[in-house]
Amino acid sequence: MPRLSYRRALTRALADELTRDDAVFLLGEDIRVAASNVTSGLLKRFGPDRVIDTPLSEQAFTSFATGAALAGLRPVIEFQIPSLLFLVFEQIVNHAHKFPLMTGGQCAVPVTYLVPGSGSRTGWAGQHSDHPYSLFAHVGVTTVVPATVADAYGLLVSAIRCDDPVVVFAPAGALDLRADVSDLDPVPLGRGVVRRPGADVTVVAVGHLVHDALAVADELADQVSVEVFDPRTLYPLDRDGLVGSVSRTGRLVVVDDSNRSCGIAAEIIACVVERVRLAAPPRRVTRPDGAVLPFAPALDRAVQPGREQLRAAIQLTMKDG
Amino acid sequence: MSADPVGLYRTVRLIRRFEERAIDLVHAGTIVGGIHPYLGQEGIAAGVCAALRADDLVTGTHRGHGHVLAKGADPARMLAELCGRSTGLNRGRGGSMHAADLGVGVLGANAIVGAGGAILTGAVWARRRRGDDVVGASFFGDGAVNEGMLLEAFNLAALWRVPVLFVCENNGYATTMPVAGAVAGTITGRAEAFGMPATVVDGQDPETVRAATAAAVARMRAGGGPELVEARTYRFDAHHTFEHVVRLDYRPPDEVAAGRARDPVEIQGARLSTADRAAVDAEVEATLAAAVEFALASPDPDPAGALDHLYASGLVARTGGG
Repeated sequence: MPRLSYRRALTRALADELTRDDAVFLLGEDIRVAASNVTSGLLKRFGPDRVIDTPLSEQAFTSFATGAALAGLRPVIEFQIPSLLFLVFEQIVNHAHKFPLMTGGQCAVPVTYLVPGSGSRTGWAGQHSDHPYSLFAHVGVTTVVPATVADAYGLLVSAIRCDDPVVVFAPAGALDLRADVSDLDPVPLGRGVVRRPGADVTVVAVGHLVHDALAVADELADQVSVEVFDPRTLYPLDRDGLVGSVSRTGRLVVVDDSNRSCGIAAEIIACVVERVRLAAPPRRVTRPDGAVLPFAPALDRAVQPGREQLRAAIQLTMKDG
Repeated sequence: MSADPVGLYRTVRLIRRFEERAIDLVHAGTIVGGIHPYLGQEGIAAGVCAALRADDLVTGTHRGHGHVLAKGADPARMLAELCGRSTGLNRGRGGSMHAADLGVGVLGANAIVGAGGAILTGAVWARRRRGDDVVGASFFGDGAVNEGMLLEAFNLAALWRVPVLFVCENNGYATTMPVAGAVAGTITGRAEAFGMPATVVDGQDPETVRAATAAAVARMRAGGGPELVEARTYRFDAHHTFEHVVRLDYRPPDEVAAGRARDPVEIQGARLSTADRAAVDAEVEATLAAAVEFALASPDPDPAGALDHLYASGLVARTGGG
């Protein structure tokens, strides 16, 4: 079985969609030489008309993509660091997202915003380490955070084929994953998956934290039966899948590498408790409120949710009821 | 969309009377939220759009009625949009500041200052990549030349030689901020910094605007890059229809009087015979009477569909209740 890295799965998804549909093209900073190592080989294969280096003009090229989409193309923008999304939030949220409704359905804006290396890359400090997916979920822009190699491929393909704007957050903590994959298929947007069945507590884990949740579940296997649910898409959230899992276990812990206040973990808990009577209060393991990642590695790690916190949260939740 | 004197007059007169009827409907409470009147600036939209083809693209501003009408949108459906009716151009989802008619190449009025430039650059680039020899015109005000994204768009368009005419409607004020207090350097200087040809024209004369635009469009369609036109104009009325309510005082009365003395409707009207002018006036009145009747007779949108069209992919948002 061929072994594929998460990063190469993204490359393959881009290549497959560029091949399948002439309307797809890539733009971004330093993508012709693949500075992020995601667009490697694509310039040679598809040429400079399909793989376009942009000047450092994030706001303009993000709206340029909106215009190209209005004219019938399907742009994919690669952002080199997640913090750039703060710079182009206006262009995505105020224009790309709003145009279909504001025009009364006259147009579609099928742009994919790909953010490889979202979250902490150790040592990249405050302005390069955010993981701002909750912002887009709040606005209602389709937001996906693939956790596995197969999902990196399958969700990116679906994002490119989607007629709406989609932000794809590829967590830095997942880029170096490798997996044996035989078949790669599109993964539907808006559908979560149970990564590990369990009976006592559902751990909802976002992105690379799925792997931490699985490890903690293994560690605790002789004490607690942990189910791990990977929502994969944060907006639209797979509420039925989520509620189905928590209905079976009766307990909920969410682990999410974004800031706590108004974060996606709060939404996950809220939408579950609206529909399920839990055996114990739900818990969330997140970055602190308003966190800015400090530089020193020990400080960086201290701010991110880790396995020990998750283990403690699971154990407390079991003790509560 | 017409280049002949009668056609140009018809457009400025249509925009003028559309705006006046719309202001009446604001005062009557039929149009809620108010409008940003284009009164006095009609010569720019009329002149620019007269030099464009039907398949060319434009983006407008929050003061955008003139751009949408001049490009050929149906005044009746436009007025219905302002009234929030289901028959409006945008099915009542856009209103005054977001009126769009993609069928006639209007990618939208836009309520964010300077936002249309980059969007239009991408759209024109995409169409030309497909082999269409279209060009675009992006309207914006003097306030927009201080927005970073518009300057980024100048750079992209110039660098990639995208044929977009950047049309600055310099009416002297960004809301209440005078140009002299806001713009360091010059407006044309901003274009020249990116290697773009830039000219200043009298925006009160539709013929002058049309001629300058036609020359730029000919160069652009033949393979030239973007250009900028700074059209000097004057906003006859308030920034917004609520301005009289809050009683803003920022323009000297003699300046307003001097500005209003150069009326594009009169300047163009003087080029027509009395008979031709009367015929156009009557035609415009009939068009607008029908538009008002159409808008007022049109049903409101069904509240159950308030979030229809939010997602082109068919995704449906959850309800907020319960």
